[in-house]
Amino acid sequence: MSVLVDKFDVFAGGFWLTFQICVLAAIGALILGAVVAVLRISPVPPLRAVGTAYVTIFRNMPLTVVMFFSAFALPALGSNADFLRIPVLDVVFTRLSTDLPYFRFALIALTLYTAAFVCEALRSGINAVPPGQAEAARSLGLTFGQNLRYVVLPQSWKASIVPLGSVIIAMIKNSALIGFFGVVGDLSASADQLTGAEGYAFIPVAIGISIGYLIMTVPLGALLDRIERRQAVAAR
Amino acid sequence: MTGEALIVLENVNKWFGPLHVLQDVDLSVARGEVVVVIGPSGSGKSTLCRAINRLEPINSGTITFDGQPLPAEGRALARLRSEVGMVFQSFNLFAHKTILQNVMLGPVKVRREKASVVRDRAMGLLERVGIANQADKYPAQLSGGQQQRVAIARALAMQPKALLFDEPTSALDPEMVGEVLDVMTSLAREGMTMVVVTHEMGFARHAADRVVFMADGQLVEQAAPEEFFANPRSDRAKDFLSKILTH
Repeated sequence: MSVLVDKFDVFAGGFWLTFQICVLAAIGALILGAVVAVLRISPVPPLRAVGTAYVTIFRNMPLTVVMFFSAFALPALGSNADFLRIPVLDVVFTRLSTDLPYFRFALIALTLYTAAFVCEALRSGINAVPPGQAEAARSLGLTFGQNLRYVVLPQSWKASIVPLGSVIIAMIKNSALIGFFGVVGDLSASADQLTGAEGYAFIPVAIGISIGYLIMTVPLGALLDRIERRQAVAAR
Repeated sequence: MTGEALIVLENVNKWFGPLHVLQDVDLSVARGEVVVVIGPSGSGKSTLCRAINRLEPINSGTITFDGQPLPAEGRALARLRSEVGMVFQSFNLFAHKTILQNVMLGPVKVRREKASVVRDRAMGLLERVGIANQADKYPAQLSGGQQQRVAIARALAMQPKALLFDEPTSALDPEMVGEVLDVMTSLAREGMTMVVVTHEMGFARHAADRVVFMADGQLVEQAAPEEFFANPRSDRAKDFLSKILTH
């Protein structure tokens, strides 16, 4: 088990990189997912079709395949995803601006994939609001946007928050794939490095990276349980 | 029954799948007129009421409000809806907003009126429906009758040209029906244009200018209330009245 102490810096570095991509992908997926959700419930049929097509594609494709597309199709199209070299943000998240684009590619894939699930979590919350609420708002003359903003969304987030949390937890675990698509040094790639190149025994290393993921996912799960309990009390 | 027509339905047809819920319906409601729509369950009364502000789109025919055909979904429709108040069977007050906020939302967000002006008007309306002292409570803290009176105040806050009532007392406990009907009766007396779908024959008798009887998606008969209740012409109406008035 000495590897946990001896190579603590490798674990810590892997944790930090995984944490970074998860924070960025979570923000990206929440924004994109919200946009897709609005498309899916829009009164304009072509917009609904776009939203539905998005969810159909990204919810039903394995993340590995999305990663492949991102890592191979984007360069083939001549893109290095340079739009993600966001000033200020790249001071903290330094990998956004490296010349090797694989962190950016992985971030795009993780965001696109997770956004489909975020969309559905948000929509399940919206569907939990009684239809009479939106009907009353429409009959007052509120537009679609006003209806969402003042009536539907304030009531839907409560029903969305727990499924959203599950989506983010799944995303954190899914991020373990990025090491296989050129991102050097994330948590699970650290395991590969330590067991393969440096010859450490597998089980202690696996315990080490497991702890790393659990540090991210367990508090998030506990937070969700708390929110859920508070809501159960409020609903009484 | 004088004055020009405010709401005109011509040849309106509506299907729910194979079910023909509105069959060639023609109806004209004059400014200031109170039309009460009665009929057995499933006769299309509610659908008719909801079609007037396009909560229920129709398949064919035309509906005009204040001289303008109902626009398609979008801003123009939102503007039209802001001029037609609607009161629902299940109240549909915004559950996350207080009573006062419920009444103020439309004027502030749709009409962009100043909140201070709207607040005064909203309090005045709540006063009128007898629940000003509950203004800071949430809908779930009120009784059904109180919620429905708030819903009427919310509709009135938009200063609508007409009010639609979709079975406003059907979800209420019997002892609360009266308080809601009182408010509606006083509105009718003041000359508000109203289309009321209801099972309250007492209200139809004393507050309606005209009673419209619907059955199986058709507008079977319409007449002044005294005439309709005393002398129904169609067999369908006679049958309906004999069932509800014997008890």
